Amino acid sequence: MGSLKVNLCGIELDNPVIPASGTFGYGYEFGELYDINVLGTFSFKGTTKDKRFGNPTPRIAECYMGMINAVGLQNPGVEKVISEELPKMRKYFNKKVMANVSGFSVDDYAYTCEKLDEIDDIGWLEVNVSCPNVHGGGMSFGTSPEAAAEVTKAVKSVTTKPVIIKLSPNVTDIVSIAKACEAAGADGISLINTLLGMRIDLRRKAPVIANKMGGFSGPAIFPVAVRMVYQVSHAVDIPVVGMGGVSSAEDVIEMMMAGATAVEVGAANLIDPYACRDIIADLPRVMEKYGIENLSDIIGAVK
Amino acid sequence: MKQSFFEIIENTPLTDSVMKMRLRGDTSEITRPGTFVNIKLEGLYLRRPISVCDVEGDTLTIIYKVVGHGTEQMRDMKSGWLDVLTGLGNGYDTSKAGERVLLLGGGVGVPPLYMLAKRLLGEGKKVSVVLGFNTKSEVFYENEFAALGADVTVTTVDGSHGTKGFVTTAMAEADYDYFYTCGPEPMLKAIYKTAETSGQFSFEERMGCGFGACMGCSCKTVTGYKRICKDGPVLEKEEILWEA
Repeated sequence: MGSLKVNLCGIELDNPVIPASGTFGYGYEFGELYDINVLGTFSFKGTTKDKRFGNPTPRIAECYMGMINAVGLQNPGVEKVISEELPKMRKYFNKKVMANVSGFSVDDYAYTCEKLDEIDDIGWLEVNVSCPNVHGGGMSFGTSPEAAAEVTKAVKSVTTKPVIIKLSPNVTDIVSIAKACEAAGADGISLINTLLGMRIDLRRKAPVIANKMGGFSGPAIFPVAVRMVYQVSHAVDIPVVGMGGVSSAEDVIEMMMAGATAVEVGAANLIDPYACRDIIADLPRVMEKYGIENLSDIIGAVK
Repeated sequence: MKQSFFEIIENTPLTDSVMKMRLRGDTSEITRPGTFVNIKLEGLYLRRPISVCDVEGDTLTIIYKVVGHGTEQMRDMKSGWLDVLTGLGNGYDTSKAGERVLLLGGGVGVPPLYMLAKRLLGEGKKVSVVLGFNTKSEVFYENEFAALGADVTVTTVDGSHGTKGFVTTAMAEADYDYFYTCGPEPMLKAIYKTAETSGQFSFEERMGCGFGACMGCSCKTVTGYKRICKDGPVLEKEEILWEA
């Protein structure tokens, strides 16, 4: 049998499958169900400087082949993540974990990343630039190359860990933003975050979600994700982590052929808590079917 | 929590819009009353959380109201298999009950009280049940609760069956030293105001996963943020914070 191993920013993964942030908590909910050490790694719940409750409920809406969420980055804040959540995670997971970081100012990002940089268990910092920039007029950091680069620089200056910038698809030119992050020192790019969406309850003549709009995810967005992973991975020289609607071993391989070095699985975990375990177990069968010897050989196979 | 397949063995209407479904499968994870199951349906992305009405050996009973695409699809199923996550939520804690326990259910909040009544009666408690509905045609499970040996009062808003009024009308006159309830939020709020003792409330919220991973159904409580699906759906009266 060939190898499932890939190398993500200098750290070897046993396989490319990574549960995406916000769909896997801090791992222990899933660690009670199966041995989560079968995963390549996982990206833990988006962490901010201060504790956040997030948005009012309802936060979730059903869509054709997907869902909308407006959780709003609920998390206990970086100090509690380090003192309470990560020790609980450690009982179940013994590999390097990916930290997911959000912020509402450049200083927020730097503060949180500096704290997380001290934690040996953390292998990568995945920096979500989809949040609104409170000091920059509320526009998301991820919608302008300059703002995304500014966050990248600030984070790089406080850590020696690989920094992966997680991009929003809700932009006109994702390639220019990815290139700006690369030029600012990013070690990798991950994409796509959710697509901005909305559902309306016909009975109440009102949005289903209290926040009105939210992030659309699930299999419905997979083709958009493949397209953006293809565009970005062919424009930058740093590794790309692909995500967006990935639900099967075939989807993982498709993402990798588009140019992804590793692949995150999000919404699928919420529908089937065993999704990542089953995808990993199915990879050798699909590799054999398509004549793939080593998974790392197919990264960016589509020119 | 457990993911397994259940065979549909019965799916019959109790009223115009409320259905009773009996399923056969692995019920080993369903230990407490007041927990729920999360059901995968063809062509729908998110699972549908439904409260457990009863478990007898390998048979699970759920009662659901037909309100949308998911429950419409369930209504039309005559047979077949369902992908079900079982053993979700904290459920009711019967160890906190006194000797004279009052159970208050409103509409489709009634079903989880059935397994609870059975459990409490089995523990030798005196159980009074108040079942609240809008009108006579919506009433279900009155006889089933009575057959367990509970003292049953039905209230209807229009007075077409039982006592005219709300469950709180009956609660104000009831003799109890602890209570449990499940129903729509306005009813829960009214009970919170009427109650003279401690008790447990079961809440409802739109969920993503149903097992604590997505933070889709969080609420604020006196003891911090809780997930309705994992830390709830049952909250104790003393920890509830009503949102303005």
